[in-house]
Amino acid sequence: MIARVSVENLSVGRGERVLFQGLSFALAAGEAVALIGANGAGKTSLLRAVAGFVRPLHGLVRFEGADGEREPDEARSQGLHLLGHHDGLKPGRTAWEELRFQTLWAGGTEASARAAVEKLQLKPLLDLEIRKLSAGQRRRVSLARLAAAPRPLWLLDEPLAPLDAERRARMGELMAAHLAGGGMILAAVHDPLPVPAKTVEIGAAVA
Amino acid sequence: MKSLWTLYRRELDLAWGRGGGPLLACAFYACVATLLPLAAGPSPERLAAVAPGSAWLALALASLLSLERLFERDYEDGALDLLTLGPAPIEAVAFVKCLAQWTANGLPLAVFAPLAAVALGAPVEVVPLTLACALIGGLGFAFVGGTGAALALGARRGGVLVAVVVLPLFAPPVIFGAGTIEAFAAGLNWTPGFAFLAAYSLAAVALTPLAMGAAVRNALS
Repeated sequence: MIARVSVENLSVGRGERVLFQGLSFALAAGEAVALIGANGAGKTSLLRAVAGFVRPLHGLVRFEGADGEREPDEARSQGLHLLGHHDGLKPGRTAWEELRFQTLWAGGTEASARAAVEKLQLKPLLDLEIRKLSAGQRRRVSLARLAAAPRPLWLLDEPLAPLDAERRARMGELMAAHLAGGGMILAAVHDPLPVPAKTVEIGAAVA
Repeated sequence: MKSLWTLYRRELDLAWGRGGGPLLACAFYACVATLLPLAAGPSPERLAAVAPGSAWLALALASLLSLERLFERDYEDGALDLLTLGPAPIEAVAFVKCLAQWTANGLPLAVFAPLAAVALGAPVEVVPLTLACALIGGLGFAFVGGTGAALALGARRGGVLVAVVVLPLFAPPVIFGAGTIEAFAAGLNWTPGFAFLAAYSLAAVALTPLAMGAAVRNALS
């Protein structure tokens, strides 16, 4: 279980271009951070660097548990959810098949997947193929994974963008519950998060 | 282990799902086997002589068909991120994906291979050995092919690239597989060829997941 994530003096680039450098911030249990910045500033790259996909140019990301520092690979494979623009849902499979697989793979159980279905009001969608869902419905199916497989760190890329107002409120409740349970949220956003969050601006330092 | 089983089930479902990958591969195999008499001439003696070799060539080509999508579809829609952040290392994920590829494509093709060989005029006695060779060789095809698919991740026209990367690596199983059947049909000792074929496939099963893991990590970064 991760209780603290610290980003220390992190610089990330794509190809020849440096996106941001010298970024430091920390995230403790129960805290949320909203990443803001212009399009292309590197918000997604930062999320992918924290998830271990993008190797930073400098600096490091450290994960600490209750009993001291954790091995990054292990902490990542057990402790975080990454939800980006690409949700990994297969168009030809039904919402339930996909949610069930993603939940089991991320360490949840079939019962927890069913509980998440209730929470996110997904029941009418379960038998539909993913290709028949709207953008907002797809997003709700992929968000259900967060509730179904408990992992402390949520890395979210524009999580609420396609959702309607009511669903945003419901997602806010879900996020608040996650934080209250000692979880952490790092989200790239343009609109404010529905929960109290620190704000970290990316790309301002690099001209 | 349980999550890997879940992954295996999902991969099978994807392979058998719409698009009918295995049926397509078998149909392709049948087409190649039917074209051969038209190209080589229909005389039974000549066909019988080339039957084992051409059955293997067709098998190698048919194994290529669905390889392109093996990693690419998960790469494009972000599922590969999810698989990487799961309970098993990416090497194990690659292993399971190739195993499912073999189950979904290799097994139907292996059942088809003896039929094609006999239809081309090979003696009926070669059927059990052809089946065994196609099963084991197909395992090698799936894992070596998976390596090509992982290396081609993110490339434009990845399918052609996979074929160009992978076909040269298919040379040993084609040589040993076809050689084994020919030796058997001629009444010679066929066991060394069979042993080499099995060794190739087992080495591929043991080693290629490491290469696939590295290629996938590189593609995701």
